[in-house]
Amino acid sequence: MNAALPTSAESSAETSAAFQHRHAAHCESGAISTLVSHAGLPLSEAMAFGLSGALAFAYLPFVKLQGLPLIAYRMPPRAIIRGLAKPLGLKLSFETFRRPEAGQARLDQLLDAGEVVGLQTSVFWLSYFPEDMRFHFNGHNLLVIGREGDDYLISDPVFETPQRCSRADLARARFAKGLLAPKGLLYRVLGVERDGVDPQAVLAAIRRTARAMLAPVPIVGVRAMGLLAKRIAALDPQAPASAAFVGHVVRMQEEIGTGGAGFRFLYAAFLQEAAELCDKPVLAEFSARLLTIGDHWRVFALRAARMLKGRETLDPSALAALLREQAERETAFFRDLRGAL
Amino acid sequence: MEFDQVPQEGNRTHAGLRKALYARDAQGRIVTAPSQGWEVEEIVTLQAVDALRQQADEARARVAAGTASPLEYWMYARRMDLALLAQASGLWRWRVRRHLRPAVFARLKPALLARYADALGLTVDQLTRLP
Repeated sequence: MNAALPTSAESSAETSAAFQHRHAAHCESGAISTLVSHAGLPLSEAMAFGLSGALAFAYLPFVKLQGLPLIAYRMPPRAIIRGLAKPLGLKLSFETFRRPEAGQARLDQLLDAGEVVGLQTSVFWLSYFPEDMRFHFNGHNLLVIGREGDDYLISDPVFETPQRCSRADLARARFAKGLLAPKGLLYRVLGVERDGVDPQAVLAAIRRTARAMLAPVPIVGVRAMGLLAKRIAALDPQAPASAAFVGHVVRMQEEIGTGGAGFRFLYAAFLQEAAELCDKPVLAEFSARLLTIGDHWRVFALRAARMLKGRETLDPSALAALLREQAERETAFFRDLRGAL
Repeated sequence: MEFDQVPQEGNRTHAGLRKALYARDAQGRIVTAPSQGWEVEEIVTLQAVDALRQQADEARARVAAGTASPLEYWMYARRMDLALLAQASGLWRWRVRRHLRPAVFARLKPALLARYADALGLTVDQLTRLP
């Protein structure tokens, strides 16, 4: 890296004073929107999420994480950050490291030069997370805004206020192994070419998301919801593994920082912002419609949780039916959305 | 979701952390709304956490009974499985599996023990016994 560094007079304390922490629903859209805003282009989390075309649905039965299949309501990690580069004209820098010592030294160097740095980390080793939220997920994004003694000052998008993390813990989190191993990934916004969000890029992103959701592929988009419904319908209501499977689906939808309803509420916020930006009032109607679809996702989650808690008997076919209805609702939604643009 | 419907039921797995949800406020704008937690999330998170805890408890019993090495307990206590521990330690799965046997584990060289301890965030001393 040979980017020009800010003058050494800019101390890391000044950076954190000028830096505005923001509470976000999702780590990646939260981290990058805050980073871009800090670099001078005000950007909401919802706009970062929608503009990068991050909304999705995927069910990959052959990818297993601790025995459970991959179920995602968004594009894979790093898609948001990379997806914003073109529409916003971002100059991004990504650095990974072989040796943790080199990664730590580079981080310190950048912080001492007054920079705000994005990191990919494993949630499990971040000691400021509540114990019960610490799982081996390597795709967690956060911003480091400074350091004090042996602690780093962390702007973690899913927390309301900045946190502290010890040097040893952060090194571990950055160099965790396994699926999506971050390899110490450190990223920065070096520059922003545009001075605002281009309405045409917003409309193109919406079209792309609609197309992906309607793709004629069984494991992504609305068809994957049908495939997952089929899998759930086939569960044996008596087997303990069935409850684990259903719980897993709900966790991916609600617990894993989605802003509610598997990112549908977040995308609705984006459509609302897009309606004004692009001067297309029809998008506000789609926003309201997606909020309603999101409410139905919450009904699905509530019903599943009641079954898991034993308040009603586990009924896989009832859950599968709810999921199929969601597939139909989203099919109609994205067809209409595509038609309206 | 409307702003006043954002769940504030509390969630003990969050230990006071408020998560940001998106909801429609009285003016019709969709904004972030801090949530104290929803019981639905608590149920599914506890289900996942309990499954991991149970694995660790069962391993602990096996270690106490002499049928498993402390490595197996620590693997589950650190919420890992065989695949993840193999990746974290940079060893082949079959080797890790062998090291879960008490007799094999007891003969491990210090360098290998250090490697496991590092992958699990422990000292070698902690690794070789139950807490």
